[in-house]
Amino acid sequence: MPDKVHRTEVSHPFSCAPMPRRAGAGLKAAHVADILSQMPDIGFFEVHAENYMGAGGPPHAQLHAIRERYALSLHGVGLSIGGEAPLDRAHLARLKALDERYRPALFSEHLAWSSHEGTYFNDLLPVAYDQPTLDRVVAHIDEVQEVLGRQMFLENPSTYVSLARSTMDELDFLTEVSARSGCGLLLDINNVYISAINHGWSARDYLDRFPLERAGEIHLAGHVCDDDGKGNGTGQTLLIDAHDRAVADVVWVLYAQVIERAGPLPTLIEWDNEVPEWPVLLAEAEKADAILARHAEVCRAVAG
Amino acid sequence: MPWPVDDDAEAAFAAALLTTDPEQADRAPGGLFTADGGDATRRFRVHRNNVVVSLVEVLMVAFPAILRLLGEAYFRALVGEFVRAHPPRSPVLLDYGDGFPDFLDAFPPLDHYPWLGDVARLERAWSQAYHAADSTALPPDALGRVAPDALMTLRFDPHPATRLVRSRYRVVSIFRANRSPEPLSEPVRADGGEDALVTRPGLTVAVRLLPTGGAAFFAALLAGASLGEAAQAGHGDAGRTGAGDFDLTATIAVMLEAGAFQGLADELQENTKRTGPAPSK
Amino acid sequence: MKNENATGAARAVSTAALAAAVAAAMGTLVVPASAQEQEKCYGIAPAGQNDCKAGPGTTCAGTSRVDYQGNAWKLVPKGTCRQVELPDGREGSLVALERDVPEG
Repeated sequence: MPDKVHRTEVSHPFSCAPMPRRAGAGLKAAHVADILSQMPDIGFFEVHAENYMGAGGPPHAQLHAIRERYALSLHGVGLSIGGEAPLDRAHLARLKALDERYRPALFSEHLAWSSHEGTYFNDLLPVAYDQPTLDRVVAHIDEVQEVLGRQMFLENPSTYVSLARSTMDELDFLTEVSARSGCGLLLDINNVYISAINHGWSARDYLDRFPLERAGEIHLAGHVCDDDGKGNGTGQTLLIDAHDRAVADVVWVLYAQVIERAGPLPTLIEWDNEVPEWPVLLAEAEKADAILARHAEVCRAVAG
Repeated sequence: MPWPVDDDAEAAFAAALLTTDPEQADRAPGGLFTADGGDATRRFRVHRNNVVVSLVEVLMVAFPAILRLLGEAYFRALVGEFVRAHPPRSPVLLDYGDGFPDFLDAFPPLDHYPWLGDVARLERAWSQAYHAADSTALPPDALGRVAPDALMTLRFDPHPATRLVRSRYRVVSIFRANRSPEPLSEPVRADGGEDALVTRPGLTVAVRLLPTGGAAFFAALLAGASLGEAAQAGHGDAGRTGAGDFDLTATIAVMLEAGAFQGLADELQENTKRTGPAPSK
Repeated sequence: MKNENATGAARAVSTAALAAAVAAAMGTLVVPASAQEQEKCYGIAPAGQNDCKAGPGTTCAGTSRVDYQGNAWKLVPKGTCRQVELPDGREGSLVALERDVPEG
């Protein structure tokens, strides 16, 4: 009779390797066939957790095939971490199951709310930056990290309106949440730019003050330039976080400055509406990779 | 009516997102401001648009045949009403739209199209099958290993993806014509009932038009009846409706090739501790 | 489930008839070679088929599209539903319903 070996861990198809400090892309079902046949050299893929909470079928078959070949980042959009209500335990359990099934290298969620009294709005809604909200967000993140048994990363929002109850600025709020909960931060530079324009503050100042040592990932996406008037140019400029086009030049400039200071960080290109052909999205990721690689070379030269 | 002055800013914000009150829709909820003096109402409207437009587009993907049947402008207007009346109750949107077929049935301006609800039911069944738990279907030759005198009392364990949609209208014909990328070459008759068996034994969802009595046969089997009882049900249904004879051989052939079941019921009993999710309904 | 036997229209299905039907059904089966093919293509529908759109539904992006709140009580469907016919002439009504339109 063979020795009875008590394994503490049953075999799992996926390793727990860390996120590569490379560019990645949001995974779109329409691109999966191209990706699997071309096997592009790309750092990672990211998916919305909620879209893989069905029991089985093609979504899981496709994600499994991607995960076998690439690093994965899991991005939640439905936890309502900034909401007044307690976190949805059933939803947390679904997240945990997904986290165990695919072993993503990173899990992130948003500083926002999206559910109220059981109704889910499918939008990331703004929170008040005040002490009661801060305490609640920290408690919610503690619970997420406890249930998942891992550190999570919290993303800065893009916002269109401010709440009058706010008593501190967004960055102080985020920094404090991160310090108290131990969560990492996901720095969405497009969101920083959108909010800066919409609220009249300086994106550069925000990024200069951002605690980059807590950042585990960067998001880049395209936005729409609108105004809040009647479309006749009488209103204030209003940027909308539409993820429906290439990353704006100004956001690329801000990104290069962040990388210069922080060093290479995993960087996601998000393109969720008006999704282009795969080569267009890949080219955006390569653009980010070039900035990351340029920095890595500078570092090597300095070190050498 | 004006927005209530409320300490609970989240409640006011939430109510304003989905309001149908034209006065409220024209104003942002209290407690919002814009640092640069921009118009808070217009900025709040971005969120109203995000919520309704994104959810309408979720159902556009889930109900492509209904979208094509109604045209995009009508679909957006109609589903906008549905979204405001029945917003999602879960962040998992794969299940959103379960109430849409009933909503179509009950929407008076669509009284001229009484078959729309059943087409939507078939599209819902398609989505449920698409996302159902993975399982291996009963091999087509499995019945060959069963002793002939055991066939009558044989019961089956439904595959998690299997769905049955019965209609007074030609729901399968209308569904197929409007899920194909081809233009409709000729008018489709809506009258004359059609029943659909939806299965997904591998990764591809299949929609089969059932022969006369077939729906009664499958309804019986899915409810746990034996093969003998199901055959009886098929004959009974065909006899009552007078739509034709019940072809037991053809119906059993559909059952085997469609992969509607994942095992025999005695296997089910052995495997009751299996952890796979139960078929959703 | 309705009690089909109570109709009297059903004739009894014998063990022999059922066994014969099962044998005949198995004889007609062409075992599809596609099962493994399907596994290989991860359920990806061919381009151009509506089925390939059955994908993600959540968003973390905003939209620049305006929900203009068109009134479905006053609009007329302009899709293929007019090509679906019912024999009693109810099909393809091209006038919007004027009754029961809610206020506002």
